[in-house]
Amino acid sequence: MAKVVLSVNLSEQFAGGLDSFDVEAANVRQMIRELDKRYPGLGSHIEDKMAVAIDGIIYPHPARQAIAPNSEVVIIPRLPGG
Amino acid sequence: MNVTVTPPKLAVVGTRPIRPDGVDKVTGRANYGADYKVAGMLHGKILRSPHAHARIVSIDTKRAEALKGVKAVITGKDFPLLGDMELPMGEAAMNVGHISENCIARDKALYQGHAIAAVAATTVAIAEEALELIDVVYEVLPHVLDVEAAMAPDAPLLHEKMLTKGVTPPAEKPSNVAMFMRLARGDAAKAIDASDVIVEGRYDTAAVHQGYIEPHACVCTYGADGQVVVWSSSQGQFMVRSLTSVIAGIDQADIKAIPAEIGGGFGGKTLVYLEPLATILSKKSGRAVKMVMSRDEVFRASGPTSSSVMTVRAGATKDGKFTGFELDLRFAAGAYPGSPVFAALMAGLAHYELTDFAIDAYDVVTNTPKVAAYRAPGAPISTFAVESAIDDLAIKLGMDPIALRVKNGVKDGSLATYGVTFSDIGFHETLESIRNHEHYSAPLGPNQGRGVAAGYWFNAGGESSANIAINEDGTATVVSGCPDIGGSRASMAIMAAEVLGLPIEKVRCTVADTTAIAYSGLTGGSRVTVSTGAAVVKAANDIVEQLKGRAAITWDVPVDQVEWSNGAAICLSGDQKGEKLSLADLAYRFGRTGGPVANQASVNLHGIGPGFAVHLCDVEVDPETGGVTVLRYTAAQDVGRAIHASYVEGQMQGGAAQGIGWALNEEYIFDTDGKMENPGFLDYRMPVASDLPMIDTIMIEVPCRNTPFGAKGVGEVPIVPPLAAVANAVRAAIGKRPHSLPLSPPRLHALMANGH
Repeated sequence: MAKVVLSVNLSEQFAGGLDSFDVEAANVRQMIRELDKRYPGLGSHIEDKMAVAIDGIIYPHPARQAIAPNSEVVIIPRLPGG
Repeated sequence: MNVTVTPPKLAVVGTRPIRPDGVDKVTGRANYGADYKVAGMLHGKILRSPHAHARIVSIDTKRAEALKGVKAVITGKDFPLLGDMELPMGEAAMNVGHISENCIARDKALYQGHAIAAVAATTVAIAEEALELIDVVYEVLPHVLDVEAAMAPDAPLLHEKMLTKGVTPPAEKPSNVAMFMRLARGDAAKAIDASDVIVEGRYDTAAVHQGYIEPHACVCTYGADGQVVVWSSSQGQFMVRSLTSVIAGIDQADIKAIPAEIGGGFGGKTLVYLEPLATILSKKSGRAVKMVMSRDEVFRASGPTSSSVMTVRAGATKDGKFTGFELDLRFAAGAYPGSPVFAALMAGLAHYELTDFAIDAYDVVTNTPKVAAYRAPGAPISTFAVESAIDDLAIKLGMDPIALRVKNGVKDGSLATYGVTFSDIGFHETLESIRNHEHYSAPLGPNQGRGVAAGYWFNAGGESSANIAINEDGTATVVSGCPDIGGSRASMAIMAAEVLGLPIEKVRCTVADTTAIAYSGLTGGSRVTVSTGAAVVKAANDIVEQLKGRAAITWDVPVDQVEWSNGAAICLSGDQKGEKLSLADLAYRFGRTGGPVANQASVNLHGIGPGFAVHLCDVEVDPETGGVTVLRYTAAQDVGRAIHASYVEGQMQGGAAQGIGWALNEEYIFDTDGKMENPGFLDYRMPVASDLPMIDTIMIEVPCRNTPFGAKGVGEVPIVPPLAAVANAVRAAIGKRPHSLPLSPPRLHALMANGH
């Protein structure tokens, strides 16, 4: 199972203060669906507003990126660039 | 003295060929945005709000429209209302509703200089005269310029229905705080309280402008068939097309955006101000419309970066291990939400290993111009507070400032504060290169001080496209979808030449319009060398395979019996074993072996390497005036692999120069009515060449495994450390900690005299 890590805001807003938990998902789309089931609104918020870092690699608009069973998925803001 | 730590040598990558854009630029032949002319072209000018905050009661354009020579007048009513609409734009989504209202106000003017209406006329003088004939009735409202004042419970509200996002429980009462975010791990307060040494401070920085030499400029034509052509200076022709499409309500397929040569952007040209207005003026008038901002308009109405107020509290053990950090960041976003405070939150402590930290960040709207990205958006600001605090820790501990950073700096396998695990990073090598540099131990004189600071930036990857075609004479043409701001035509040509085995003189790169190449993201985020470079390398590798195939046809051998080396095919078997066919030989035969050889490649690159920089600064402070002279400056940076070494050094020097200006002199100064008092380069003091010493550079090359030749983005991180490096040097010179930027002579004089 992959480990999903949320920022303090997201954990308080959507997950009752829980900032990391395990998710069974083979890719980001499955993870988003699973998160929406567990914490309504969290998955779509991630899809619309956030980037994810899977094992240290940042994906600004993830969808089909694979998630390994022992992956760490960190939810982070999308970054501007100058 | 420039020092380069170099991995194994390649034929073209890492060399310093003459820059391909140089001759045109120094001879004045380069065509910038304002250089375009179209037959029958009109000139557009903008009426701007004289008030920092006002409701627009009515706009009467009849008198302006009646003026001879005026061909069109527009207001916000000529544009669709987009509300809070967001548009994916490379790495970050843009709120195109806010950008649209920033281009031209609808119900309210939110800062002095906010566009209210625009005119197209046969001459600039007539257009300007017409602006005076537009009758606007304003209901002037109280305004707020300062981030802390804007957060006060009784502050005038810019957006009456805006509720703070990111707070729990959800906000019910409107405020100027657009969003709150917290990044935390462990128990920072407890860890700091238990520390052997503790430092704390309150820091603030002024709004500063990107200061690009070329003002915003465009020419737009709206044809009778609804086809639009936009010539403009920007950091992305596809961005111009996307935003103009949505703001003006025109399909993307009906817009051709042609990139001009660009005279600097630094993030400030990653959005539009003029193009939608010129397009609608052209639609109304039936003529091409040219718009060029004055310098005054650039300052008043295009994006500076945020002003800020920050507090930091940090602790360490007596042997110099950081125990905890608390950081509070409050950034002014200007008229619409979107300050870079969340990037500042993520970047500020990213280069240190920390188990206990808490960072709070507030994005706050104010009656000042909407901020735009500026080189490593937000990171220089938070890094100023963090690296000043670390300097204070080093002083309290009696520890060498580099040794303190080495003890706590991230390395491969470290967990960044924002949650990712680092790999292929060269922060320690960069720190050591400064410690081992002769500058670090050079003697100092009276009133002189030395400061060091480190900085981090994420760098971006993302979507890019490139075309390569082999010409009939065996030379190659590379086409990029990204405007060349920092030397990308040179670096694209170098990478293509390296893969194809051609001398650099045989490869030319050009930047295409939106109809001639597939989508490419912005030139921003330090991404073009790696992302567009990856597309170039992908296309070039495919071309090598095609060329091997053509050689196999010529020699009548299987393709796996052909090797590509040094720009030529070599036959490995059969009667022609050992024979060579150069690229020119093969190109001569293209017609007989299958036709033209070309390739188009698109990529969406991830896993790019972040940037680390360490800067060393010597200053002398005049005790009478508070004037600061930068005596010596050395910038070290992990660049992954320098593709064009001189351009990389140029980026490092340019970032340092801009950061020094930010630290010492640059600031938006407003009067009590919210009008900017210094909207020109005489009063907004940027450093010029004679103000600065030669900035020495040290390129550290720790390659990234996922990028072409191991390159890393280099354009942004060099502006991250200078604010703190200069402030730490001033601290060393005068013995008092500067907390407010810029360190202009009056401010520094007061600090020396009064201690604050």
